[in-house]
Amino acid sequence: MYIYDEYDHNILRERIAQFRAQTGRFLDGDLKPEEFLPLRLQNGLYVQRLAPMLRINVPYGMINSTQLRRLAHIARHYDKGYCHVTTRQNIQFNWPDLTEVPDILAELAEVQMHGTQSSGNCIRNTTSDPFAGVAEDEQVDPRPYCEIIRQWSSFHPEFAFLPRKFKIAVTGSASDRAAVHVHDIGLEVLKNEAGETGFRVYVGGGLGRTPVIGSLIREFLPEEHLLSYLEAILRIYNQSGRRDNKYKARIKILVKAVTAEVFAAQVEQEWNHLKDGYTRLTREEIERARSFFTSPDYQTLDGKAAQADVDDQALQNVGFAKWLRRNVRGHRIPGYAAVTLSLKPTGVAPGDITDTQLERIADLADEFSFGEARTTHEQNIVLADVRKSDLFALWQKADTFGFATANIGTLTDIICCPGGDFCSLANAKSIPIAEAIQRQFDDLDYVYDLGDLNLNISGCMNACGHHHVGHIGILGVDKKGEEFYQVQLGGSSSNDTSLGDVLGPSFSAADMPVVIQKLIDVFISNRTDEELFIDTYRRIGAAPFKERVYAKAH
Amino acid sequence: MPKLIKDGVITPNEWTLLEKPEGDAASQEVPAGKVIVPLTVWQAQKETLQQRNDIGVWLDSGELASELGDDAKSLPLVAVHFPLFMDGRGFSTARLLRERFGFTGELRAIGYFLRDQLCYLRRCGVNAFEFTHNEISLEDALESLNDFTEYYQASVDQPLPLFRRRH
Repeated sequence: MYIYDEYDHNILRERIAQFRAQTGRFLDGDLKPEEFLPLRLQNGLYVQRLAPMLRINVPYGMINSTQLRRLAHIARHYDKGYCHVTTRQNIQFNWPDLTEVPDILAELAEVQMHGTQSSGNCIRNTTSDPFAGVAEDEQVDPRPYCEIIRQWSSFHPEFAFLPRKFKIAVTGSASDRAAVHVHDIGLEVLKNEAGETGFRVYVGGGLGRTPVIGSLIREFLPEEHLLSYLEAILRIYNQSGRRDNKYKARIKILVKAVTAEVFAAQVEQEWNHLKDGYTRLTREEIERARSFFTSPDYQTLDGKAAQADVDDQALQNVGFAKWLRRNVRGHRIPGYAAVTLSLKPTGVAPGDITDTQLERIADLADEFSFGEARTTHEQNIVLADVRKSDLFALWQKADTFGFATANIGTLTDIICCPGGDFCSLANAKSIPIAEAIQRQFDDLDYVYDLGDLNLNISGCMNACGHHHVGHIGILGVDKKGEEFYQVQLGGSSSNDTSLGDVLGPSFSAADMPVVIQKLIDVFISNRTDEELFIDTYRRIGAAPFKERVYAKAH
Repeated sequence: MPKLIKDGVITPNEWTLLEKPEGDAASQEVPAGKVIVPLTVWQAQKETLQQRNDIGVWLDSGELASELGDDAKSLPLVAVHFPLFMDGRGFSTARLLRERFGFTGELRAIGYFLRDQLCYLRRCGVNAFEFTHNEISLEDALESLNDFTEYYQASVDQPLPLFRRRH
């Protein structure tokens, strides 16, 4: 993991002093609310439906046990004993007191955490693959580049007042687990035929009101040009992005308006001025960034023997076997595995986690995974470096603490925004819908038979629950003060990114579990062999689903 | 005389700002003395105005640095207008004037911006700050000029990014 040096600490200390003074001026009435707004947002502080909300960055999802324990302390002392893992790998507190936020940020800074640019019209936390560095299909570890981007984008003087928020995601694997096609900038780090490292660059993807799949604007950008190229894109956007209408201000609208070809040419022209300047990365800097993401102290293990032992344990324990199948995945090092702790047991808001649970995860990370964990955009927690011989012991402890629900990647591993229960933008509640669906599908064996199935729920068209890219997407809508839910089918955020199609008229909250059940019934009666929902949908189209769901009762 | 912040100190403002003309920019009268004219007036009357050494030009937030371009080099002052503090186009304009068009004179922020933006503006090459919209204590505002003393990125005030200085 990246470790701060004195430079990083100083910059963050200066930031906190700045924000403490700004908060003081606001409380004294010397700073108008509308003037304080962008300043507090760029420190992670929203004013929400019930209370302020504070969003803390987890850079590209990497977090260590010391940080987890500090978050637990913050949740306990400054909040109501829990927090929330967001769909951008960040952590949100829902009940902080505005006057205490500078103190919270100071406590977080001691463990190298912050809320800088976690909201506002600026470059946000860069997200990545939660299995970075350990995935078997990885070409290049994306994390050193994420850290380079984090430093470049933090307190960038030119890009703090963009037309709108700006999100960057980086993946380094054959299989995209970072949803790079639906980000303002998506980067795939890879090696070319000559063995050189560089980036495939996508621009103008995004969800929200106008979902768009990003356009490829550069096939191979040599790694040393990463920052100058990003700077060129951001400069064009800062100058030319629309500022007259916040719903048309994202870069995707600009790219569509001028076409991806023209936009790419503009970037190229701007970049030609910048590419050989001092912002060009040096070999030493790339190596320095890489030096923080070397392998932990892995043991040399007999992979086959370790797997055989795990298989034996699985034969003797059905619960363990199910957990292995859904929550454990392969690792590039023989004898190791990556484990996902589920934050989606039925009855808990997806992604919510208590102070005590944070400490338990810290303990598990220390005991089983070199003291590190990762947050995922699916709102779960990953322990990336677990010895296979420890899996059974880890499963037992995780089960005791409530993280062993064996539902990763299934219908009940629902991605869900905070919705109308917390968020002032929401048109409808989303958490109760997630819970009702989880209760409808409470038979885990039935859920396993359905295979991988992503169900995503957003409480409004801002799409924090990524409903457009769920195999099944649910969008809360407001109709004359009443909450209704629109269903979309066929979305995906993987390599084959697609946006879901709206099924038809929306449903009441009470109808939703039955509607989802009918969709699943259609899937089951049409699927071939082990076919996944998304593939069946792509093969047979929306008509059979519509027919079933909207059939008049006889 | 109204005051402004220039090069880190509070000084009298010797320049008059000429509003955008409602009619034809070519026939807009430019008074004697130190005047900051809108870009359109400069473009329309360039031949006459460049005879004078007391003319500055201001760019509105939608006007790119390249529209003034190399003309900047011959001017003693260029101002960048912020219609609202949320409109960050001027940050790019300032950097481009300094870094691409070689402007070395007074680069002034005008309009509605916040003292909390002074440090970033300074980093982008702005060295004078005239708060034309909001009542503000310049003494207090000075405190924000150096909110940060260390930076990750290259900019006008520090062309070397931290990674080139860290080793």
